[in-house]
Amino acid sequence: MSVQAETVLSIEHVAVHFEGLVAIADMTFSVRAGEIVGLIGPNGAGKTTAFNVITGFLKPTSGEVRYRSTPLNRLKPHEIAALGLVRTFQRTSVFRNSSVFENVLTGLHCRGRSNIWQSLLKTRREKEAERELVKDANEILQFVGLERRASEAAGNLPYGEQRLLGVAMALAVKPSMLLLDEPVSGMNPSETARFTQLVKKIGATGVTILLVEHDMPMVMQVSDRIVVLNHGRIIAEGSPTEIQNNPEVIRAYLGQGKKRA
Amino acid sequence: MSRLLSFVLVAGLASVPLWLRDFYVLHVLITTGIFIIAAMSLNLLLGFTGQLSLGHVAFFGIGAYTSALVSLGFEIHVLPDVTVGLAPKPVWFAMVTGIVVAGLTGYAIGKLSFRVRGAYFVIVSISFAEVVRLVAVNWVELTQGPMALNNIPALTLGIGPIELSFLRKPSFYLLVLAAMVVCYIIIMRLVNSRAGRAMIALRENESLAMSVGIDVTRYLVIATIVSAAMAGMAGALYTHYIRIVDPDIFLFIYTVTMVIMVITGGKGTLTGPLVGGALFGILPEVLRAMAIRPEVQWIIYGVLMVLVVYFLPEGIVPAIKRSLAGWKRRPIDAL
Repeated sequence: MSVQAETVLSIEHVAVHFEGLVAIADMTFSVRAGEIVGLIGPNGAGKTTAFNVITGFLKPTSGEVRYRSTPLNRLKPHEIAALGLVRTFQRTSVFRNSSVFENVLTGLHCRGRSNIWQSLLKTRREKEAERELVKDANEILQFVGLERRASEAAGNLPYGEQRLLGVAMALAVKPSMLLLDEPVSGMNPSETARFTQLVKKIGATGVTILLVEHDMPMVMQVSDRIVVLNHGRIIAEGSPTEIQNNPEVIRAYLGQGKKRA
Repeated sequence: MSRLLSFVLVAGLASVPLWLRDFYVLHVLITTGIFIIAAMSLNLLLGFTGQLSLGHVAFFGIGAYTSALVSLGFEIHVLPDVTVGLAPKPVWFAMVTGIVVAGLTGYAIGKLSFRVRGAYFVIVSISFAEVVRLVAVNWVELTQGPMALNNIPALTLGIGPIELSFLRKPSFYLLVLAAMVVCYIIIMRLVNSRAGRAMIALRENESLAMSVGIDVTRYLVIATIVSAAMAGMAGALYTHYIRIVDPDIFLFIYTVTMVIMVITGGKGTLTGPLVGGALFGILPEVLRAMAIRPEVQWIIYGVLMVLVVYFLPEGIVPAIKRSLAGWKRRPIDAL
């Protein structure tokens, strides 16, 4: 094995309390460059809350999140995205009333440089910049396999393709790390298989990936490492095989219950 | 609309003073044009950026009053024996000042209002307009209150040896038409640019917009500044046309009229405010010519708006777009 890659995302003793409700008790884990890490856990374990904290949509009650040694606590979501840490959403993951192409163009916002005055005066630089963005958008649509849907309204796409579009928009930001929020939830087996291939393809380009997912076969297939969250704490970390055989994890999902004969 | 069609339309409109002899009709076209500019500005904020600001008439009135005051000159007591005064300035300078001050007010409102959302934002915007109206009514030393500012000078421009005067209706009509075309182009270029995409994104889904790196507050403020400055321009045009301005300009009913124009025309479209503005600018005059009583007029507007919202909920322009697309079997995005 090669030298251990550097840590890009570190979550240290993050806690989230909503008044009396403890959503996350004490969470500490890290993700290394180029890894694909799966974050799993039973419903209510705190996974989506963790995502919201990491990407700046929620302020933690205590603890620190660092991305490449930049603390994220005080940053707003758009600033965190500009750092290269981009998330997708589980529901309402696309702009439904715009075309697929326009969705990706919107995602390319950070790559554009033109300011208001240039746009109003329609300078040559502005027109060139727009042409570049159009080229980039087409490339991204090809990468995820949606190029034939470019002019359709995003809301008219089948559910699986809407999730693909959500990923395409996230990729448009040119992330160095991608956070996927239950990417295959609600997908049928063939859509899931297609998506798994896409995740591996993205990982191969060097993007670090952290995904939250309930579909166990999918997570086991795609992850290099798995982190298990339960009751707001990390209860296990390891390779997919290690996790599958970990008694703590099994108990978290299946409960105590009777011992098998 | 294709370039050729737009050009023909504008040329046709520009030729009106040449053959239209009825100055009353010309007057109606001028006031309708000013309303259309105000509606276009509201459409940028309401239609494209999705902010229900019900205080928009404040920007119109601030533009109007600022331009009037700068062109007339004023003197106010800031302390019992300390006065601050401004000598009268050329009208073009006054109008530019009106636009700038309206834009600055937009900046302030944009920054403050975005801290509150939804219904609270609407309330803040209405309150702001009402406060501005009360200031105009009560700060008599500055604004003459209900006694109005009158004898406002008309716009004259001296370019070298040529002197253009926009005192009479035909020339003012062309001025308003030119302003309308400029505003239309500004909005068209803005919404089709990177900034425009950001504004539409924040209208559709703020969290999603933030997650792709769009600074939502910044683009909201930009939209408010441009929208306010444009409304201020409409106000400045109004001031130097009617040449008398009183606090009634800030009445809520005018915001309502602008909102009706935008919504029935089609919010979020480029030509929607043109259609809505034309309809609700010209309709009152048509009804008045038919000698229908004012109360009945307002009832008719209300009924008309209800009918449009019921049968064509997205507005007139999107409905036309859809029927044209169905007829030609081809998407039409240019409108």
